[in-house]
Amino acid sequence: MNIVVVGLSHKTAPVEIREKVAFPPTEMATPLRQMLALPAVAEGVIVSTCNRVELYAVSRTPEAAVIELKRFLADFHQIAADKLSEHLYDLEGKDAIRHVLRVAASLDSMIIGEPQILGQIKTAYGYASEYKTLGLILNRFLHKAFSVAKRVRTETAIASNAVSVSFAAVELARKIFDDLEDKTVMLIGAGEMCELAARHFVNNGVKKVLVTNRTFARAEKLAAEFNGGIAVSFENFREQLHRVDIVLSSTGAPDYVLSAKRVKEIIKLRRHKPMFLIDIAVPRDIDPLANKFDGIYLYDVDDLQGVVQANLKGREKEAAKAEAIIDGEIEQFQRWLATLEVKPTIVALRRQLDQVRKTELEKTFASLNTLGDKERKAIEAMTAAIVNKILHHPTNILKQSQNGGGGDQYVDAVRTLFDLPESTDAQQDEAEPSVDN
Amino acid sequence: MGTMNLLFNLTTLIYLLASICYLLAMLGKRPQAARTGRWVLLAGVVLHAACFAVRHSTTGGAPVTSLHESLSFFAWCLVLLFLLFDLRFRLSVMGAFAGPLAFLLMLGSAVSPDVVVQLNPMLRSWLFPVHIVFAFFGNAAFALAFGAGVMYLVQDRMLKSKRFTRIYQLLPSLGTLDKVNYTCLSVGFPLMTLGIISGAFWANTAWGAYWSWDPKETWALITWFLYAALLHGRLTIGWRGRKAAIFSIIGFLFLLFTFLGVNLLLDGQHTFEAFAQL
Repeated sequence: MNIVVVGLSHKTAPVEIREKVAFPPTEMATPLRQMLALPAVAEGVIVSTCNRVELYAVSRTPEAAVIELKRFLADFHQIAADKLSEHLYDLEGKDAIRHVLRVAASLDSMIIGEPQILGQIKTAYGYASEYKTLGLILNRFLHKAFSVAKRVRTETAIASNAVSVSFAAVELARKIFDDLEDKTVMLIGAGEMCELAARHFVNNGVKKVLVTNRTFARAEKLAAEFNGGIAVSFENFREQLHRVDIVLSSTGAPDYVLSAKRVKEIIKLRRHKPMFLIDIAVPRDIDPLANKFDGIYLYDVDDLQGVVQANLKGREKEAAKAEAIIDGEIEQFQRWLATLEVKPTIVALRRQLDQVRKTELEKTFASLNTLGDKERKAIEAMTAAIVNKILHHPTNILKQSQNGGGGDQYVDAVRTLFDLPESTDAQQDEAEPSVDN
Repeated sequence: MGTMNLLFNLTTLIYLLASICYLLAMLGKRPQAARTGRWVLLAGVVLHAACFAVRHSTTGGAPVTSLHESLSFFAWCLVLLFLLFDLRFRLSVMGAFAGPLAFLLMLGSAVSPDVVVQLNPMLRSWLFPVHIVFAFFGNAAFALAFGAGVMYLVQDRMLKSKRFTRIYQLLPSLGTLDKVNYTCLSVGFPLMTLGIISGAFWANTAWGAYWSWDPKETWALITWFLYAALLHGRLTIGWRGRKAAIFSIIGFLFLLFTFLGVNLLLDGQHTFEAFAQL
């Protein structure tokens, strides 16, 4: 059995292509069933996000599965197959396993470490399990992917630093103030990024939000969206500033809304309590000279972008650690996958029972030392016949299951019931009896 | 003497180990090392206390009659106070300052001649250890204020110049550092004041005068005024942040001179030789 991946992502396809092959989340039943109906596909999952569309399948004949899956993707979305194929990648075996684990751990994301992708794969898993297109292998494999993603998240710092401008502002504030709970934020103007940053601040403990806008009604409307938000008229907001610890400014004003002189007065009124000024407006709202004053920390859009860039670089470093974790997990999963092969399982099962037979036989012969050679041979033949009879039907079922669906379940069940060793390495099995001697 | 030396050397070694842990946590890529450092340091401070106990049982005096003893006792005060602060503020980065400083103090102590000075009988009084404990813990608090001050200036520089290095990631927020500065000050200043007052009473019983303007007393008074000014500034006119940090650094330089410079460079009744003579 082999894992197969066919798909495209932001790395191989522009958005015009991605949007054409995306699967709408409300209608997953049809594509999933069609995918499972493909002759070479035993199990299937469809992951569809705005950055990637990928088909994960389990197949005994991976080459055939790749061709079928590619055709399915083109046919389903009514795109010419040759036009689509230049954007598609296909992977099988170890490469496919690595790919899925990397995707789940957010190493293949546009922004490394972003947390959404794991949820999206979980959703895809949900649909597949709802429409019963999952079997033993994909089930186990996706759970593995989830646990690997979790390991990467906890054991590396891949997601620890902000990679959005609005969140970078919160992170900086945490390096200026020791506690955000008792701090006050003021929004000047109603830029979307400022609003988002203010929301981040509120989520991180800030209780008091002041909003000002040239149009007072807009200020009131926005203030109402924050618990404890207060609207301040644009004419008077400067008088309130000394009570504010964090300023988020994004007006459309052509000139500075806050002059350096004004900032100096404010910091004096505050008795030099630190103040964090975030100016997201272009052209800028706050005179950059204000950064010179003691206790004033003024950041514009480029500065915040700089924080984001530095953090992204940090994430890339952490990604190397994540790759090492994934390498280890791939091996482990492949070992399990190998145990699902029918032939080695039958061999192992036979060896296991034969081992039991021989051990018991030796015990019996040791206590019945009056037996002659003839009797011994007869008893031995009889025990061998019993084992063969017992194994006959299960062996047949296992052999048949190879062709039909659900075979892996039988193999897995046999392995569990008879406690067969995971290793299918013949040499190691050969060596085992010598341990008993 | 053997046990004492063993304990002393072991303590020094442990402070070195703790310093390595803290430095690894700060400069290397193992933030967990700071937690190890905390436990190692805790072991060090207990062992160090045992070292003083053994010393007391053999010499029977307060452990500050020679430079050797003073430096070692100062290291102990510093480490103990740091651990208390770490408990309160989770300031493991400061360990990269307190640990090595304690280790250096121990080294300084090790190279200074370990003479057990029999205190002149005139100087024996319960006021002596009281004076010493107040003064030394006060000094340790100011040393930590100095450390927090340096860290504040570095972090302030980072935030102003928008350079986001590893140091920026590791250092605590300006708010926390300023709070530490204030706490150190408000702990250190009363201790120093009590140290000076108890010293004056002790001087009165020993020399018959509360204050005799010997160099150490003069310099201690200057330092005291400096810290008094800073505390006053903080409480009334909003001297905080950078200004407070710079002030704490200058104050500590004065303190260092009072503590070491006076003893080594100037004469007076606080020199260790004077303890024996007189």
